[in-house]
Amino acid sequence: MQKGEPIIEVEGLVTRFGDNVVHDGLDLTVKRGEVIGIVGGSGTGKSVLLRTILGLKKPDAGRIRVFGIDLAELPEEERRLHERRWGVLFQDGALFSALTVAENIQVPYREHLHLSPELMNELAAVKIAMVGLKPVAATLYPSELSGGMRKRAGLARALALDPEILFLDEPTAGLDPIGAAAFDELINDLTETLGLTVFLVTHDLDTLYATCDRIAVIAEKHVILIGTIDDMLLSRHSWVHEYFHGPRARAAFAGK
Amino acid sequence: MRIVAAGNWSIVHLDPIDRQLRKLLAAPPEARRAEIDFTEISRFDTAGACVLARTATLLRERGLAVDLKNISEAQRILIDKIGRGGGPEPVIHLSQPLYIEFTGKVGEAARAIAGEALGMLGFVGAVVVTAGRTIAHPSRFRIVPFMHHMEKAGFDALPLVCLLTFLIGAVVAQQGAVQLKQFGAEVFTVNLIAIIFLREVGLLLTAIIVAGRSGSAFTAEIGSMKMREEIDAMRTLGLDPMEMLVLPRVLALIVALPLLTFVANIMGLIGGGVVVQLMLNMSPGVYIQRVQEAIGFWTFGVGIVKAPFMAATIALVGCRAGMAVSGSAESVGAQTTRSVVYSIFLVIVLDALFAMFFTAVDI
Repeated sequence: MQKGEPIIEVEGLVTRFGDNVVHDGLDLTVKRGEVIGIVGGSGTGKSVLLRTILGLKKPDAGRIRVFGIDLAELPEEERRLHERRWGVLFQDGALFSALTVAENIQVPYREHLHLSPELMNELAAVKIAMVGLKPVAATLYPSELSGGMRKRAGLARALALDPEILFLDEPTAGLDPIGAAAFDELINDLTETLGLTVFLVTHDLDTLYATCDRIAVIAEKHVILIGTIDDMLLSRHSWVHEYFHGPRARAAFAGK
Repeated sequence: MRIVAAGNWSIVHLDPIDRQLRKLLAAPPEARRAEIDFTEISRFDTAGACVLARTATLLRERGLAVDLKNISEAQRILIDKIGRGGGPEPVIHLSQPLYIEFTGKVGEAARAIAGEALGMLGFVGAVVVTAGRTIAHPSRFRIVPFMHHMEKAGFDALPLVCLLTFLIGAVVAQQGAVQLKQFGAEVFTVNLIAIIFLREVGLLLTAIIVAGRSGSAFTAEIGSMKMREEIDAMRTLGLDPMEMLVLPRVLALIVALPLLTFVANIMGLIGGGVVVQLMLNMSPGVYIQRVQEAIGFWTFGVGIVKAPFMAATIALVGCRAGMAVSGSAESVGAQTTRSVVYSIFLVIVLDALFAMFFTAVDI
């Protein structure tokens, strides 16, 4: 597949919780190799969109194609093959609490591949170093880690199979500024070297500015605007304007 | 020596490549220079980079000059990135010889039991102090939560307690009647039911049901509050969690369990009565009269006197386990299990101690 062609296509997505309509005919296209940031106020369904694309929630209407395939229509076996091609970092890491960090990272290796134990250990150690954790973290259990460390470990697991798409749900929330900046840099490195596509749900203006090629704004049950940071800054929509021109936004962009 | 890396170096196809490279390095050919050619690589990811970076490092350690030929910019960044991690350290799983691990486990368990006993003692002390303070200032007693827990732990448990004790009463009567019939002593079935229920079974069954129903609920409620830092929030607001959460629960159960036991006794007797009427054709009037003859005040008294002690045990164990929850959700689950196991264990131990005591004082 070529860089720039659509890798995730969402068409006319409708999601509902009871009477509460979250998305009403939402369209979104993500191109291969880009970092797309999803922003929107609380409760506008950013995380729901992410979960729907991942197939964790059934859409009430509309089509979702990832890698050009409608995964919902595939038989179980084939869908699993494609699901290995993405990695997901959930909000609090979602590490398996009964396993150490290294074992968490090795779960996809054990389940999907046949690797020698030495190679698995080596790869786990590489991923641990890659996300900026100390080697001792490998033998720790999730309950022994801080929130920031859990996130990094979760990212290491998401990267275990070198996925083509990386889904990140609020990756920098709860990290200290240094850790968050390192996270941004890590995302940039990964996209450069691996040609990774990143689907990023965030509130962090610094992250948006530092990493995203494009930003999609969800409001009023649709994607109301999609484009670069400059497009956002020019928008006349009141919420977008407030978001990107507020005091925090000015602080975030001032240093750049 | 020259290594030509070709084809797909992504994680899915890496295992055979890795084996080959390891074999090569285990018996390295004599050389001064090594060249790794990247030209033919079609796919390359972090796993491939990891294997190649490790190979290059090992060759350098042997004193070879390593040349990475035709490496693309992206591949170089990836290899540098992995090299910068300080080289992968092996993931070590610590394991001890079996006898050390076994001794260690026994020691840990002994220390845990001692710690648990000490902690429980401290907790009982704290509750007694809180109770004393509340007696000195009765207006500080939380009447609404007290009533709420009376309803939840007592009244709401009625259907379950009634049904189970009725059934057990019937079963005991049926088994007793069958056995006693062999001696022609089936009329004594009534004595069997009345004494066994009033003294032991009515209370024990109720206490075990309440421990499973309410003791666990106390742990889960207080535990999830602890997990969400609500208990800490209470303390910072100058509220005493002992007074707000623990005391109402303990007192509610102390009042509710004797009442439940009374109902349980009656239901057990009714269950037995139904069977006796069906199997022995004894009319209800005669049954009641025989029950009266079989028991004295202390038959009933022995059972009911034990109830508040068991209630206090269940509530204290439940609340303390809730307070012992730390941070995570799995801790709530673990403490809830412990709470139920401990309180049922203690209820039965307490019952045995009471049996010894009542035998000693001849009741």
